[in-house]
Amino acid sequence: MSPIVTVRGVRKAYDSGLVALHSIDLEIAKGEIFALLGPNGAGKTTLISIICGTVTMTSGSVSIDGHDAAMEFRAARSKVGLVPQEIAVDIFQTVWNTVTFSRRLFGRPTNPAYVESLLRDLSLWDKRKSRIIELSGGMKRRVMIAKALSHEPDVLFLDEPTAGVDVTLRKDMWEVIRRLKDRGVTVILTTHYIEEAEAMADRVGVIDKGRIVLVDQKAAMMQRLGKRQLTLALAEPMTSLPPGLAGWPLELEEDGQRLTYRFDASAATTGIQELLRLVDSLGIAFSDLDTKKSSLEEIFVGLLEHAA
Amino acid sequence: MSAAPIRFSGMLAIYQAEMARTVRTLWQSVATPVVTTALYFVVFGGAIGSRMQQVGGVEYGSFIVPGLIMLSLLGQSVSNASIAIYFPKFTGTIFEILSAPVSYGEAVVGYVGAAASKSVMIGLIILATATLCVPVRIMHPAWMVAFLLLTSIAFSLFGFIIGIWAKNFEQLAIIPSLVITPLTFLGGAFYSIDMLPPVWRTVSLFNPVVYLVSGFRWSFYGAGDVSVEVSLAATLFFILACLGVLKWIFRTGYRLKA
Repeated sequence: MSPIVTVRGVRKAYDSGLVALHSIDLEIAKGEIFALLGPNGAGKTTLISIICGTVTMTSGSVSIDGHDAAMEFRAARSKVGLVPQEIAVDIFQTVWNTVTFSRRLFGRPTNPAYVESLLRDLSLWDKRKSRIIELSGGMKRRVMIAKALSHEPDVLFLDEPTAGVDVTLRKDMWEVIRRLKDRGVTVILTTHYIEEAEAMADRVGVIDKGRIVLVDQKAAMMQRLGKRQLTLALAEPMTSLPPGLAGWPLELEEDGQRLTYRFDASAATTGIQELLRLVDSLGIAFSDLDTKKSSLEEIFVGLLEHAA
Repeated sequence: MSAAPIRFSGMLAIYQAEMARTVRTLWQSVATPVVTTALYFVVFGGAIGSRMQQVGGVEYGSFIVPGLIMLSLLGQSVSNASIAIYFPKFTGTIFEILSAPVSYGEAVVGYVGAAASKSVMIGLIILATATLCVPVRIMHPAWMVAFLLLTSIAFSLFGFIIGIWAKNFEQLAIIPSLVITPLTFLGGAFYSIDMLPPVWRTVSLFNPVVYLVSGFRWSFYGAGDVSVEVSLAATLFFILACLGVLKWIFRTGYRLKA
């Protein structure tokens, strides 16, 4: 399938000499949820701002659904919705007016039925006549999303959608994003919450210091880079590893109460069976066992350490 | 999946949103210039004007009407248009305009058109107020409307540039108070530049406001400090100069885009 967003060689250098982005190449497939993951200052916001046209690029090109973002900006931009990180909305307007304004600004004919369903979806219908200044922070964020979706975009950019948002609202946001995906909308979100990328994304791009370090399917990334571990809760604490276990990648933790075995999740043979047999034959008793795979967070930290 | 955007839909949306903002603040928008102008009539028309002779065959109170309208028109155009674009920059809502399928030209027509429309309305309200205070006749109504429109557009464009240029509220206020007010006071709103010593007369000819007031006054009483053609040419030149600056701003993204 042809990509809905194509970024080629996008570079951003400021007059001060600071290079925010070093020649970024990225393709986003239609209908996927893509998470751009990176620490603060990595260039996430700069990249999506360039794609959406609010920041100029030094060189490179962007196209949306085959339309060059510079040459055919009308066709390209009408397909894109952007929810910026900061809440930026005319606070003296009513919810209804600001959302219908956005729809017309993006060149769509007025459609009260659509706006109504949008506001109902985002639990804003009861507030439609309220001025934005009267709304809570969470409600304001929903208004920002309603504005970005007002013109029925094919691609939605969410810049740090849940930064500074409470748990309930975060879960609501995720639910909204899932429903958009079901409707065929491509969602690109930036986040520095690994949890968010892990919960939401089909694919994850890791960006650091203006470079894309890695782009992969979330599952593949976790499999390829993830480690699994087996932990045995020992019945009797050990002060050191018995010689019979030498050569195994084992560690004693928590004052010798736990024995941890780290192994490659994608390896053909994990070695668990042999290890357990060996432990048994050495007469080591354990009261519990637990396996765990590493989180995206651990992968991410590992990647950045590797890149640095 | 989605159809091409409707042409000019965004431009109209900006224009109507700006006009709605005017209506929302109608009381301040209209009351201030009307009260200010009424005060000028009391002071210059009533108190001082009664001791002055006629200027060019026109009673002093009537003579200052076109100048007073210009005074408000310039101030209102500059402040309306500068705030209209400065405020979205300040609050961050400009991102939506920049990311919309709207060309710079359309955005300018939306913002500047709304600011100029508001100025024209205020100019007409002041004219109506003036006719209640002093005898006013308009010899060339079509030209009067033309100068009203062109001046509103010219100074709304100028205000739009200031709104983009300004980095804070102080800068936003400094141009109207340090440039526009002196130029309008020295622009012949309250006197004919013939009354000035020759040196200052010559200096005055470098003040663009002289041409606006003169042309506007000509449309009322059939006489001005400079010929109406020169007034018209000067106004059009000012508009073109502003458009030139805006073209540069949009090409470079100056203070609009990082």
